[in-house]
Amino acid sequence: MPVVIVDGKEIEIGASERLNGIQAARRAGVEIPHYCWHAGLSVVASCRMCLVECGKRDPATGKVTMQPRVVPACQTPAAPDTVFITASDKVKNARAMVEEDLLLRHPIDCPICDKAGECLLQDYHFQHGREARRADIQPFTSRRRELGDTVTLFVDRCVMCSRCVRFTREVSGTSELLVINRGAQEEIDVFRSEDGEIQFPLDNKLSGNVVDLCPVGALGDKDFLYKQRVWFMKSHDNVCAGCATGCSIKVEENQDRVYRLKPRENPHVNQWWMCDEGRYGYDHVHDPARVTQPRKRDGKRHVNIDWSQIAPELDARLRKAGRLAAVISPHLTVEEAYLLAKYFRSLDPQAVLAIGPIPTEGSDEKFPTGFTIRAEKCPNRKGVEAVISRLSGGLVNWGDLLGQLASSRFGAVWIAGGYKSPWNDAQVAAKFSDVPLVIVQDCFASPLWDRADYQLPGATFAEREGSYVNATDRLQSFRWAVRPPAGVMVEGRLYWQLLGREGMYRASDVMAEIAREITYFSTATKGVPDVGVDLKVNQLA
Amino acid sequence: MPDFQPTLLAQVGKPESHTRRVYEQSGGYQALRKVLKGMAPKDIVETVKSSGLRGRGGAGFPTGLKWTFLPPNHPGPIYFCLNADESEPGTFNNRILMEDDPHQVLEGLIISCFATQARVAYYYMRCEYPLAFERTTAALAECYEAGYLGQNILGSGYSLDIYMHRGAGAYICGEETGLIESLEGKRAWPRIKPPFPAVEGAFRKPTVVNNVETVACVKQIVERGVDWFKSIGIPPDPANPRDAGSYGPKLYCLSGHINRPGCYEAPLGITCQDLIDRFGGGIWKGRQAKAAIPGGISMGLLKADEFHCPLDFNGPGKFGCLGLGTAAVVVMDETTSMVDFLLNSCRFFSHESCGQCTPCREGTHWATQMMTRIKHGKGRHRDLDLLAEIGETIGIMPGTTICGLADGAAWPIKNCIKKFRQELEEYIRRTNPTGWMETNPVPALELVGIH
Repeated sequence: MPVVIVDGKEIEIGASERLNGIQAARRAGVEIPHYCWHAGLSVVASCRMCLVECGKRDPATGKVTMQPRVVPACQTPAAPDTVFITASDKVKNARAMVEEDLLLRHPIDCPICDKAGECLLQDYHFQHGREARRADIQPFTSRRRELGDTVTLFVDRCVMCSRCVRFTREVSGTSELLVINRGAQEEIDVFRSEDGEIQFPLDNKLSGNVVDLCPVGALGDKDFLYKQRVWFMKSHDNVCAGCATGCSIKVEENQDRVYRLKPRENPHVNQWWMCDEGRYGYDHVHDPARVTQPRKRDGKRHVNIDWSQIAPELDARLRKAGRLAAVISPHLTVEEAYLLAKYFRSLDPQAVLAIGPIPTEGSDEKFPTGFTIRAEKCPNRKGVEAVISRLSGGLVNWGDLLGQLASSRFGAVWIAGGYKSPWNDAQVAAKFSDVPLVIVQDCFASPLWDRADYQLPGATFAEREGSYVNATDRLQSFRWAVRPPAGVMVEGRLYWQLLGREGMYRASDVMAEIAREITYFSTATKGVPDVGVDLKVNQLA
Repeated sequence: MPDFQPTLLAQVGKPESHTRRVYEQSGGYQALRKVLKGMAPKDIVETVKSSGLRGRGGAGFPTGLKWTFLPPNHPGPIYFCLNADESEPGTFNNRILMEDDPHQVLEGLIISCFATQARVAYYYMRCEYPLAFERTTAALAECYEAGYLGQNILGSGYSLDIYMHRGAGAYICGEETGLIESLEGKRAWPRIKPPFPAVEGAFRKPTVVNNVETVACVKQIVERGVDWFKSIGIPPDPANPRDAGSYGPKLYCLSGHINRPGCYEAPLGITCQDLIDRFGGGIWKGRQAKAAIPGGISMGLLKADEFHCPLDFNGPGKFGCLGLGTAAVVVMDETTSMVDFLLNSCRFFSHESCGQCTPCREGTHWATQMMTRIKHGKGRHRDLDLLAEIGETIGIMPGTTICGLADGAAWPIKNCIKKFRQELEEYIRRTNPTGWMETNPVPALELVGIH
């Protein structure tokens, strides 16, 4: 096994691995500070924060020869027998110099900067900077400039790492951002006319990522700007429910209010990125129009009903209803789909299980690095389909079910919605007019909701826990990030109650059960890691 | 060297010297004919290598060796870039060649392209040279007309096209990878090396970048032979194993406070004093010399008592300078203020820093700010320590930047503070009698603007 030596510690690296100094040091538990380097972007080695001493050990004699100058770790390959020294005085001085340089013209307006608390300039200065400022050369300025609809630029906070510029060139492929001027007058900007009017704004479907990439507070997310200090927020691993890609994300909330979504690194799904549609697509979670009161029909009108009555009451009515059908939305988790399907098949072994309408929009969009935004705007079609096919031996889609309504004489139909926008109309609702018992779970009112005999407010993605299966058969599990608003019961909990199971609903236990029962999910038997598991592995076996 | 005959400048000064007619009358393009008739590319490379020709652009890298770094048997294309982005302050030897003898440059360029088997060459000329551009463009047209360029040159089967490209006036475009980036239509941000241009250069293909004077020397070497070339200049210093010797004639650009400024051809190794006395006609107005820049502002400073420094590739280094650079000697007389010199130098480099690497972008800017403050009578002794620290820490030599511009910015600071510290301190004490001893940073006065 080839070996790299970091601060005297030998690290084994794979024979075919191509690591740089930063990555090799990380293996040794040494964090080399860096601004411009990002694993998902090309190497420019321009911030010079990652300067280290580097040398070579002669494998035969064990003699180490060091290079006289410091080198940027990001650009130095960790070839076998490379020696990195990351904590010598020389390295410390170089870091202190870079930190001092970067703060020369920085406005140091941390108290009013959104990035404060998660800012690399702050962190590195604390760790590697000088104790006192030696420069007293210039009055501070703090200019702000718009770049587009999603992102704003705080010009003087910028450290010119050029990550954002490289992102628009290499990942989004749209090249809106550029560096203008030269030397210390350099700034990030978009193309403008001479009077400063924006000609080509930062306008692409991945634009929000530049804010995540920015190591300092230069790029501000307009959606998040001045809404919350980062140290008040808690971060929860989650999976984006925006489309069938299922990006790994973090939901950041304070006191059950979601303030922003951020991508979470997952090499199998989204690398480091997420699209704007997903990133800003959480408004419905706190939409005032969300339904938060369970009701049941009483003659022509609906009356409030308490959640504690619902499970026993529904159970009793469904048992007498005769032929049953359940519509499971592709927004539900695998676990929820399984529990509802299980429950319906236990009441009526012939119960029809249908998948709800699949929202689609446009066509798949693939970016240069492979990142894809899918046309299918729901996170879990594959998971729900797998559950339905296994438990009912076939797959009925929404159209089929609507067609069967007239002839099949269902005694009761349960429609689990969970859509974030309107998805049915009066015509659809009218088709249910002959069904004696219609139960609708959803987030927003709709004609079908009005038709329902039981209106059960459902959860959004941030409140659910469970697993989604994305378009490439990768199963990712997550836990809830915020508690649902009062009056909403998360679907999984209700199904758990209906099945009469003991204790609390825990998605991971249910997944263990599913993995044992349904071959498709068997890869998940031993738990699901942060980056998910590939279900195709067992399909092929 | 009273019998030294200029060769590179032989045509300069003749009437119509920039035309093909006059050039051919004095044996022009015979070297090219000789090459295309009977020499193999590798023979020329070998010739240039054995001549000991070192690049005239500033770094002094052996030219023949650079050519051999091209991957052997490469299917092509291989590109040749002629670096005519002459922007080192004080330097104008390329300009003289391009304005008064463009055909010599082109002949050298064609021979060099043949030697490296490049079939496309880019002539990267700075835009501040309108006359050179005009004459070189005309000369190129004459070459195509005469069949020295284009398809199947002189029936040899070798084809070459030369494209003119004008820079937009950035110093950094003279750095070879900066030049390549600029040529590709990008910001002239020097590239990380390796890969060196010979392996991956313009348009990601093997590329040679040579200076105008270098290719002119190539022409002379092919015409006059290695022995002639090696008879001029000085051999390697046996005490310095890394010295490859300094052979051949060199164009020295002499300017500043002397009687006869101009571009003069002299053997490498002439001393600074000789150059000033014999060619420059001594210091002007009967004054004494104070200092001289040995080879372009980025090389540092020679004090008047160091003028015996031989101006070869190895000489200025012995006196604490960076090197020979472009051999542009700028002489300063006794009335020159070193504060002004250093401010001017700092301002130039902070203006020309490409802004890619933090230490250069911020360091040069900080140095300019401090020098401006010193100039305005608000300096402190401590500023000199900070300036010296900047000088010591930025550059490719300590490893803190990608290219050598920062070294060029650092050397005048380092040299000036080392050699003229007393004068700088006196200036600071005289102009800032109450505050020169302050060591704490003075707080910045203006408040943060609120958006």
